[in-house]
Amino acid sequence: MKLLWQLFFSFFKVGLFTFGGGYAMIPLLQAELVEKRKWISESDLMDYFSIGQCTPGIIAVNVATFCGYKMKAKTGAVIATFGIIVPSMILIILIASVLHNFLDNPYVIHAFAGVRIVVVALIAETLISFWKKGIRDKTGIAVFLVSTGLLIGLGVSPAVIVLLAVAFGLILQKWGRR
Amino acid sequence: MIYFLLFWEFFKVGLLAIGGGLVTVPFLFELSDKYAWFSHQELADMIAISESTPGPLGVNMATYAGFNTAGILGGVIATISLTTPSVIVIVWITRVLSRFKENPYLQSGFYAIRPAVVALILGASLQLFRLAVVDVLSAVLCAVFFVAIHFIKIHPIVYILLGMAVGIVLKL
Repeated sequence: MKLLWQLFFSFFKVGLFTFGGGYAMIPLLQAELVEKRKWISESDLMDYFSIGQCTPGIIAVNVATFCGYKMKAKTGAVIATFGIIVPSMILIILIASVLHNFLDNPYVIHAFAGVRIVVVALIAETLISFWKKGIRDKTGIAVFLVSTGLLIGLGVSPAVIVLLAVAFGLILQKWGRR
Repeated sequence: MIYFLLFWEFFKVGLLAIGGGLVTVPFLFELSDKYAWFSHQELADMIAISESTPGPLGVNMATYAGFNTAGILGGVIATISLTTPSVIVIVWITRVLSRFKENPYLQSGFYAIRPAVVALILGASLQLFRLAVVDVLSAVLCAVFFVAIHFIKIHPIVYILLGMAVGIVLKL
């Protein structure tokens, strides 16, 4: 029971402080789940993210479900998912019903501009630690470079990039020397 | 019956939108054409609000659309329906994965996926960078925050709150 509360509360916090969509969530998940609670490893988080990228649904929700399931099977999956969506539901309903001019408030506008800058810095830090963890040899660097080219140069969808990477991994296993 | 319809339509969005928040946008435009739930203009407002409130974008939009259509219960139902397919699919995938954990093919798949994920995060951070860093002041602040985050390990929430404070004080 205590674990379920912790799960709910951790994901509630992540949901409440994620500004700017799924990717902005990674630094928070890293701090909350990997460093503070030690529920999952950094590699787990990367794997969840990549699978969440090419399975149906919102990436953030997929990642929450993964972590929750790992901790406490189906109940954990539902509780973690619930934790991440509850802050959104409350805030959005408040904004839509009573805080109509929320976004026009100058304080809100300035605060969001400040948060956006911090989010960029937080993600840059995540990028460094994921790079250290996920790219261990020349093949890894090659996959990274090709993926970056496909994503930024050609605008290929992230889901397709993940699937291509999996295919490449399988080919390496079958014919390469890993 | 509006609740059942909301459930069904958002369940479908959750099932078909692969790749996260913004991918739900075209599906919502379709819903807007099909039902009189919200107009294109309202949808544009919704996207703006979802983007600048905390929480996953897709979840925010589902809540907003559901609430606009059928009040609080509508918001809750739309959000839960959007997430239901994810939960089912992920639980199923986790089971399969844990059964084949030691399989060398699975491990090679993940070995190649991780560098690709680093590339995806790089792409996302460049997008966020373009939105956030708009002048010299914001560039300097971003650099200062980055150095602080790198060397002083405190919870990111603290930095996010600091960012809000700095934004308000400097009128960013």
